[in-house]
Amino acid sequence: MKVWVYGDDVNTDSLFPGKYTYTCSTPEEIRPHLLEDLDPDFARRVRPGDIILAGRNFGCGSSREQPALGLKSAGLQAVVAAGFSRIFYRAALNQGLLLIECPEAVGAYREGDPVEIDPEKGKIRVGDRTFTFPEMPPEMMRIVRAGGLLPFTREKLKARDADALSPSIE
Amino acid sequence: MSGTSMTFAQKILARRSGKCFVRPGEIVMIGPDHLLTHDNTAAIIGKIEKELDRYGVINRDLPVIVLDHVTPAAAEENARQHQRIREFVRRFQLPHFFDVGEGICHQLVVEKGLALPGQVIVGSDSHTCSYGAVNAFSTGIDRTEAAALMLTGETWLKVPETIRIELTGKLRFPVSAKDLILQIIGELGADGANYRSVEFHGRVGTLSMSDRFTMANMGVEMGAKNAVFPFDEVTGQYFESIGAGLEENHPVWADSNAEYERTETFDMDRCGLVVALPHQVDRVQPVKEAAGTPVQQCLIGTCTNGRIEDLQAAARILKGKKVASTTRLLILPASRSVMREAVRTGIAGILLEAGATILPPGCGPCLGAHQGVLAPGERCISTANRNFRGRMGCKEAFIYLAGPATVAASAVTGTITDPGEVL
Repeated sequence: MKVWVYGDDVNTDSLFPGKYTYTCSTPEEIRPHLLEDLDPDFARRVRPGDIILAGRNFGCGSSREQPALGLKSAGLQAVVAAGFSRIFYRAALNQGLLLIECPEAVGAYREGDPVEIDPEKGKIRVGDRTFTFPEMPPEMMRIVRAGGLLPFTREKLKARDADALSPSIE
Repeated sequence: MSGTSMTFAQKILARRSGKCFVRPGEIVMIGPDHLLTHDNTAAIIGKIEKELDRYGVINRDLPVIVLDHVTPAAAEENARQHQRIREFVRRFQLPHFFDVGEGICHQLVVEKGLALPGQVIVGSDSHTCSYGAVNAFSTGIDRTEAAALMLTGETWLKVPETIRIELTGKLRFPVSAKDLILQIIGELGADGANYRSVEFHGRVGTLSMSDRFTMANMGVEMGAKNAVFPFDEVTGQYFESIGAGLEENHPVWADSNAEYERTETFDMDRCGLVVALPHQVDRVQPVKEAAGTPVQQCLIGTCTNGRIEDLQAAARILKGKKVASTTRLLILPASRSVMREAVRTGIAGILLEAGATILPPGCGPCLGAHQGVLAPGERCISTANRNFRGRMGCKEAFIYLAGPATVAASAVTGTITDPGEVL
């Protein structure tokens, strides 16, 4: 498991260049271009279970969802950052990608430190120190548990169908 | 402090979720008045093909679809997407569709009266926050959420904390609303308003609708969820000018004793000309300090500064002058009606005489897909909203952001120039 470390204000153009926004939409098309202008090694060497550790305002800029979709499909375990930009936070949640906002954990990291995350308990271990992060509100947890917003929406629509079919009691 | 006083964001989200009062941090379910999507509509509907077959679009009036990002199509792939979007629009008989050449989505939503005071609009584009200019609550979302909204018509929003920006004084040409908002972003930082609502108070009556559009548009560049102006005489006159009826309209504004996270005051009398240096919008510096930097491309337009007032400011500088041989000037009107007005008033003629290239209304080179991509080592001064590395298609190029007068003056000399020097 590798920890990829980046600084503040990693924007959406760094995560996925805008020039591909209308030619790459599927995970297969997106993955080769992930972090292309920021770290050309990333797309080739990222492996399932890896973690990104970054500073403030991660994901700022465009509303394009390729960064969130691509990172999720590359099997990234989580992005741990001192802060996330709002639209990226929402996009990641909608893909079921785990984001951990924990400036203390980011500040404590030294090169080579092992990082372990326990999302259920809300704990992250960096080297020999453990930090806690707050639980998501239930409205958002339901989306993550369903595996993202589209599976969540499909469940909701099916439940409506079932309600419509069940005989009404009068 | 009263226990029931609310900010704009609290009030509008309370009203729309059927509650009397909501507090920051609370999550509410809302059904927006419109959902904006653009060229990305093809990818959005691609995610929900089966569901669309079965359930259709929840409400024909909900989607506003504009082809603007890569228009006219630069490659077969773009053309196929546009074709697919047109078929979708026909199949579900969606009334709010604007095809290639009509203009940039944000400009059209406002110009066509699709964003009204007190409405809630979400869109799969980060600059959806622009409609705060007309007192709407509007914010950006991702494609997946837009797909879900097409089917269900509702989503959740977290009630944001609010930053109150108090404006004093008055802007004077060639200083523009763009200089003011860049200065505000420079002070607050690129994440200074992250997750927050931003309200503009004070002497907002001195700002035109075009100025307000520029400022609300840039809200997201400081991370804001939305950025909003009050409804006033200027707003009323604007709606009259576009012929949009406001009979059922309900403007919303903060209570006078609403609680703010903080208040920042900016004096427009003391606002000078500024540029944002590569590659961050909050690296703001006076034009005088960056003056003399050679630029190989100058861009005036985009959803941030592509209105007739912006082209007029450029024409004031460029009248009777020529674009320097060491640079090129691109003009990108925000809509067909802006272009028509520029032709009617002679502004287009002045710009062409000076040696400018006028591009079709749309997003053009702003996102680096076509129509003005930069080469390695080149510098561009632009009225757009973002100067991230790689934004204009080349990661080894440099983008400076400024107001229209500064960009026009820089086109005359081929270097970053204070408009006062060439007037």
